[in-house]
Amino acid sequence: MSRETILNAVIFGGLLAVPLWACIVDEPFTITLATKVAILALAGVGLNIALGLGGLVSLGHAAFFGLGGYAMGILASHAQSYTPLMESPLLIEGTKSMPIIWLMALITSALAALAIGALSLRTSGVYFIMITLAFGQMFYYLSISWPAYGGEDGLSIYVRNGFPGLNTLDPIQFFAICFALLALALWLNARLIRSPFGLALGAARQSPQRVETVGLSPFRLRLAAFVISGAITGLAGALFADLNRFVSPTMFSWQTSGEIMIFVILGGVGRLYGPVAGAALFITLEHVLGGLSEFWHIYLGLLLLLVVLFARGGLIGLIAGREVHHD
Amino acid sequence: MTLILFIEQVLNGLQFGIMLFLMAAGLTLVFGVMGLINLAHGSLYMVGAFAAAAVAGWTGSFVLGLAAALAAAAAAGALVELLVIRRLYDRDHLDQVLATFALILIFSEGTRYLFGSFPLYLDIPDALTGPVTLPGGIQYPAYRLAIIAIGLTIAAGLFWLISRTRLGIRIRAGEADREMIAALGVDISKLYTIVFALGAALAGLAGALVGAIQAVQVGMGEPVLILAFVVIVIGGIGSIKGALIGSLLVGLTETLGSIAMPALFRLFMDNSAAQATGSAIASMLIYVLMALVLVWRPQGLFGARV
Repeated sequence: MSRETILNAVIFGGLLAVPLWACIVDEPFTITLATKVAILALAGVGLNIALGLGGLVSLGHAAFFGLGGYAMGILASHAQSYTPLMESPLLIEGTKSMPIIWLMALITSALAALAIGALSLRTSGVYFIMITLAFGQMFYYLSISWPAYGGEDGLSIYVRNGFPGLNTLDPIQFFAICFALLALALWLNARLIRSPFGLALGAARQSPQRVETVGLSPFRLRLAAFVISGAITGLAGALFADLNRFVSPTMFSWQTSGEIMIFVILGGVGRLYGPVAGAALFITLEHVLGGLSEFWHIYLGLLLLLVVLFARGGLIGLIAGREVHHD
Repeated sequence: MTLILFIEQVLNGLQFGIMLFLMAAGLTLVFGVMGLINLAHGSLYMVGAFAAAAVAGWTGSFVLGLAAALAAAAAAGALVELLVIRRLYDRDHLDQVLATFALILIFSEGTRYLFGSFPLYLDIPDALTGPVTLPGGIQYPAYRLAIIAIGLTIAAGLFWLISRTRLGIRIRAGEADREMIAALGVDISKLYTIVFALGAALAGLAGALVGAIQAVQVGMGEPVLILAFVVIVIGGIGSIKGALIGSLLVGLTETLGSIAMPALFRLFMDNSAAQATGSAIASMLIYVLMALVLVWRPQGLFGARV
């Protein structure tokens, strides 16, 4: 077993142990923090597929995070006001059922990722960064200027959506749902890395010419990765909205894109558990530094600057060494 | 839409476009010469606006405020280049994005620490308050006309600088082949600092000029930064001409779209629904424009490479 495998087990076990302990000593706030870590880590896992595996520096993942959130908000708000979403040509009702909401969040964010990816992957490098950032901002302004779903004020959902057989209002049960989805996404990600698709994608990152020479299209590989990546981040958005029982244009803002990227970087780009470590570190910092100073973003900025300039490879790289292991 | 309203909106669009140009020109130069993507460019815009508002507030002089904005933004730019940015030239774009994102956090919170969360206001100088009557009897604010004039003058100056001066030759040479001009004995690191400070000063000036018609507040720079990115994607990286054309296109699309779209939808919808749908569609127009340019010419209208 490599050091990274042991570290991954520690991170995974830690994220499970902390809320269980908090449940025993009755600290619901700690459970909520751990739930937030699991959800944000899920968003990071999504981005990491594009960023770490595909080498696509997307600064627009807030678009998918927000779309997931609004998919939940729109469906649940129609359900709570008993008004159908659409009457003609076919009747679509709102819903408070998590699995249906997740499915819608996955579909909408995957479709958006397909459109954004098809346009932005025509370019590369710095163009790609600017274009994804711009499309993210487009959704931000759209959500502000579309008055039907709250506009600038966002949408509140009074009761958390339901999951068959579970009481989602109980913090530990909602944590279990989020943690299970995170574990599923990590498992999928691990499978993806070793699949022919993942290998081809990694090869397209290292040398697009060679991949083209063997008859594969880097554009298609990247587009597929971008869609998978966007869909996972969208699912995280739906869970995040459910955690807060609130969606607002903030979910679409460029800061959100930056923060999702920070989770991945703080943990370590291309590391399977990087986003989990990064999200846990971020939430801990937010909680500890935010308690010390109102201006904690300065310290976050300085830390990020130090990581980028001097500690490339992030937290996992620092502890487990520079070599990336995929086991 | 009446003709007068239309001309007013065209002027507003020009004014907005010129502001975007001041931002985009610096960004595109920095990218063209150093190959660096700088997210913190919006922070330099904010630094300019705050310096202008603070100094104009103390001294009561708008011109001193503008001078302070230029000086503060250029100084902040040079300092950031020396401390952080120059370590990033050899790094990949991901590192550049993260480090400059970190700079945004530091600049924004630092400004909030110094000036507080409440917006500052910068008064329009007395000589430029009130409207001017244009030919055809159109009343238009003098200050906005002045912004258009200043912006066009600076655009002309920039073209002159790039095409006619020794510094401009070096900048163009730097875009074409960095290693070669370093080998020919040009102090490349000094050139980089100068280009970065120049771009910063332009951003600071834009911030100060806009500061008199908008609130000066933390976070004011990033929306403009993202629009400047759209401009660069449309115009093509590294091209000042592309930045100018792109800025004017984006400025005009944004202002005319917010008037034209609701009017268009009013043709076949009732008034309030048309207003809502129209303004929602209008908010997406410039991104649609960007998408069209990407489909048609992925390298941008005047860009040489992708």
